[in-house]
Amino acid sequence: MSNGTRTATTDPSRRRQLQFGIFFQGVNFSTIWSDAASGSQTDFESFRRLITTAERGVFSAFFLGEGLRLREHLGRLHDLDVAGRPDALTQLAALAAITENIGLVATQNTTYNDPLDLAHRLASLDVLSGGRAAWNIVTTDNAWTGANFRRGGYADHADRYTHAEFVVNTAKALWDSWSDDAISASRDADSWADAEAAGEVSERDAYFAVRGRGRLPRSAQQHPVLFQAGDSAEGRDFAARNAEVIFSAHGVFEPAKTFAADVRQRTLKAGRPADDLKIFPGQEFIIGDTEADAIDKARWVRESQVSPQTAIAFLEAVWGTDLSSFDPDGGLPDIDPVQDETGETRGAGFRGKRPREVADGWRAIAAEKDLSIRELVIHLSSGRGFVGTASGIADQLEPFADEHAVDGFNVTPWLIPSGLDDIVNRLVPELQERGIYPTEYAGSTLRENLGLRPPLSRREEPGLARLRA
Amino acid sequence: MTTSTTPFAILVELDGDGAHPAAWRFAAHSPTELLSPSRIAATVRAAERAGFTAATFEDSPLPPGQSFSGDGRAFSGDGQSTTAGRGGRGIIGRIEAIQRAAFSAPLTSSLGLVAVAHAVYGEPFHLSTQLATVDHVSDGRAGWLVGTDADAAIAAEYGRAAVSAEQAIADAADTVEVSRRLWDSWEDDAVIRERETGRYFDRDRVHYADFTGESFSIIGPAIVPRPPQGQVVVFAEGAVAARLGADVALVASIEQAADIRTEDIRTSVHRTLLELEVVLDSAGVSAADRLTALNAHDAWTPTPRARFVGTSAELIALLTELASDEVIDGVRLIPAVLDIDLDEIGRGVLPELRRRAVFRPPTAGQTLRQSLGLERPANRFAVDAPADEPGASHHSTATLEGASA
Repeated sequence: MSNGTRTATTDPSRRRQLQFGIFFQGVNFSTIWSDAASGSQTDFESFRRLITTAERGVFSAFFLGEGLRLREHLGRLHDLDVAGRPDALTQLAALAAITENIGLVATQNTTYNDPLDLAHRLASLDVLSGGRAAWNIVTTDNAWTGANFRRGGYADHADRYTHAEFVVNTAKALWDSWSDDAISASRDADSWADAEAAGEVSERDAYFAVRGRGRLPRSAQQHPVLFQAGDSAEGRDFAARNAEVIFSAHGVFEPAKTFAADVRQRTLKAGRPADDLKIFPGQEFIIGDTEADAIDKARWVRESQVSPQTAIAFLEAVWGTDLSSFDPDGGLPDIDPVQDETGETRGAGFRGKRPREVADGWRAIAAEKDLSIRELVIHLSSGRGFVGTASGIADQLEPFADEHAVDGFNVTPWLIPSGLDDIVNRLVPELQERGIYPTEYAGSTLRENLGLRPPLSRREEPGLARLRA
Repeated sequence: MTTSTTPFAILVELDGDGAHPAAWRFAAHSPTELLSPSRIAATVRAAERAGFTAATFEDSPLPPGQSFSGDGRAFSGDGQSTTAGRGGRGIIGRIEAIQRAAFSAPLTSSLGLVAVAHAVYGEPFHLSTQLATVDHVSDGRAGWLVGTDADAAIAAEYGRAAVSAEQAIADAADTVEVSRRLWDSWEDDAVIRERETGRYFDRDRVHYADFTGESFSIIGPAIVPRPPQGQVVVFAEGAVAARLGADVALVASIEQAADIRTEDIRTSVHRTLLELEVVLDSAGVSAADRLTALNAHDAWTPTPRARFVGTSAELIALLTELASDEVIDGVRLIPAVLDIDLDEIGRGVLPELRRRAVFRPPTAGQTLRQSLGLERPANRFAVDAPADEPGASHHSTATLEGASA
């Protein structure tokens, strides 16, 4: 701990602040469902408990994931992880009624949504929440997911970002289709709204041609805030052109700095100020009374997340075959993977890996560190996460703020619904005391609370207008 | 299906400022406040306080009161389309009904929440998930009033080819059917949290929907567990209710209700509710004078529905009479002006109906099915799951999930 040094060198009132969001994934193996404190994944009370805790902790956003097909493993439903989650926009509409300030982020796919329908649903949440909605843009396009939708796997994978940009631009056109003063200010006006002020939107790309009229005015924050999570070069460029928050996977300090430098450069190249794109990596926090206690707790968390069956299934997703005859507490399988490429049915994290390369890499790690199957999987999933006392973690977080490596963290709780309690009760006050975390909401809209500028299509600067044209 | 124990239901429509095209001119707020969360909250709380069985939330993929296709659509269900076509002077803004229903859920505890959702051109998988979600957030109070409008302007909004009115009903029926399969695709006790085997759910109790219809196919299973009611209550206009496999028909006349009732042995339709547009006396002004004043701004052309224009006492008498009618199980009241007529009904009509034991408001925690006297259906995929008795606990999902945690 370096309390004395810290207070001597930094004025808490002038430091750059970090923010927290919460990512309620709903489907994953990081949520521990076997503990006595594990609550329902679907009951509204679980969501109420989490979001009210988050709002008490001045979290900027509550974030829901999306998966449009129930995951499968070796050709059957994957039954080891929590699964079953509500529709994000509908759930967030309910949560809007019981919250005041926290942002409401819905992950929504650009391939399997109708563009104007999606835009209207996002605008609905934005108006209904008084300007707190956000859209986390994802581009899942595989035919396996498409089996739940009219068009099936219609899109060429190479086109997914082009089509995503079309869907985003169509949404913006709909959100901008009403003039600012479209609705009459008085009941004595000739009409409820100026009919000419609500124009028609007509957009097309290679896959869709849509035409319709907006049914809503802009919200208090003008547009829903745009989040994006793609990590490829193409995904980062998409974010640099379109997004306002990037949900990254780079939550460790050095990689986070490298990532930040890269996306800020891309943002500048896209004609936007570098700080137009806020960076929020996903992270877990494991807080103990002492450092030793925290380390013990972390071990328990990892062992609870990675059951023996989950460890075997983790390998099976790469090997592509039944490995249940192998002992999870024994060494890695000596047989080679039977597939040439991993599938998409277990989620994006497993997609497109080269199984033999992965298997060889894991065998090398296991041999070097003398790890069993289960220990290896625990090792592989332990890279993320801050572990320590509240004050120790606050020490770790200070450089992230001071060197602007991130704008905040998207907290992934490993226990539902009590998983934010320690963070809000113990870590947040530590951070607030050091001046690197907000003590109150800056405003009532998400855009205000994230310190964002108006949406790109609503800015007055002539330079930006030229870039948009 | 009507028995002496079937409760008489009184629903209320809460869209916009009321059904009259000039309602916004008599609202208690300015037009710019119509879409605010606080006004939506206040309206739905007023409906629950009054004791209504359920609120309905009108919707359409088109702006309220507007049809751009010029196809002469006579009646869209919102009571405004005939008078306020393109260039009309009425309300053109609306928040999605499913989200208004979800938003209302934590603000209420007994009111049923019935959202209109269009079922012809959109994605049935999303729709079924959204409706199941309303049921989860309301702990079993969700209903769906199926929209079947074939309008070419709606097709254009989804980038799809317009279909005939006949085909639209067939496609909507497919959407209802696949929704029902998806709602059943998780059995109530699918989540087992079994430490010994490491299994969170039992894959033998989660089923593929495997639906192939005329215009789409969906494999499933649902991504959300079974709704607390088992099946969200499906409402439809009387003319199409049987074809859609709806549970509840909204009818425009007693004759139509009688027709449905004579057929209901062969169909899914177990309840018929009469639609009634309502203008009441208020603040010393007669209903007729109020309607004249409203119509002086914008004419409320007749819809296929019955329109009641009169005193609270007369409405009480009418509803008392309807409650004893054997083919009518309840009414959906459609106030001309929400800020006036909803208030009058809540203060001057429902209390007297309660006093006469004609009507009983739902109690906190009751599901919409319970309020309507409908059974919680057995799961079509379950091997040995008998239907719950009416009135049985609807909390089996929560209990089973919690018990093994």
